Amino acid sequence: MLFFSYFKDLVGQEVTVELKNDLAIRGTLHSVDQYLNIKLENTRVVDQDKFPHMLSVRNCFIRGSVVRYVQLPPDGVDVDLLHDAARREARGA
Amino acid sequence: MTGLDPEAKQQRTFNCSMATTTGLESLVDQIISVITNDGRNIVGVLKGFDQATNIILDESHERVFSTKEGVQQHVLGLYIIRGDNIGVIGELDEELDASLDFSKLRAHPLKPVVH
Repeated sequence: MLFFSYFKDLVGQEVTVELKNDLAIRGTLHSVDQYLNIKLENTRVVDQDKFPHMLSVRNCFIRGSVVRYVQLPPDGVDVDLLHDAARREARGA
Repeated sequence: MTGLDPEAKQQRTFNCSMATTTGLESLVDQIISVITNDGRNIVGVLKGFDQATNIILDESHERVFSTKEGVQQHVLGLYIIRGDNIGVIGELDEELDASLDFSKLRAHPLKPVVH
């Protein structure tokens, strides 16, 4: 639940999603769901020459199970808040 | 910290209610490009889906990329793709797609997904 809530707060931010097949997609976070499936808008693939497979795609749905990393803007994150929330979640609150 | 002022907070609440369901509803009857876990790229019209992301794809064809020759298209027809095997579902912009010269595109096939 923690990361679901966290991503909901990040809606509207520019993120880069790196997938488990090494594809990296940059876009604006449109929505997220309980499985951490991610919908991105205004997408472009990071290395377009290497991955021309998605050249005509501008909005996409990324299945949560295939995400390796979600790269966030450093100033879009309140690390202390996240740290506190994680500590509470770990404690079983 | 983002979202402390009242206006942003209200915006955030609105976003929360919108952002909780990433349904594929908006893509039904649209042409989509699916990237599967084995690295295939399949294009077709989304006819249906479920919570497990299983999808029904009509008029589908596979786009095979290679480094030696242009993109090949293999016609498949009506397909059900199991959600387990799906990585990305992209909304295909038909104008952009029409402007691409597939015979000139060269690329390595996508890698399979490794968990």
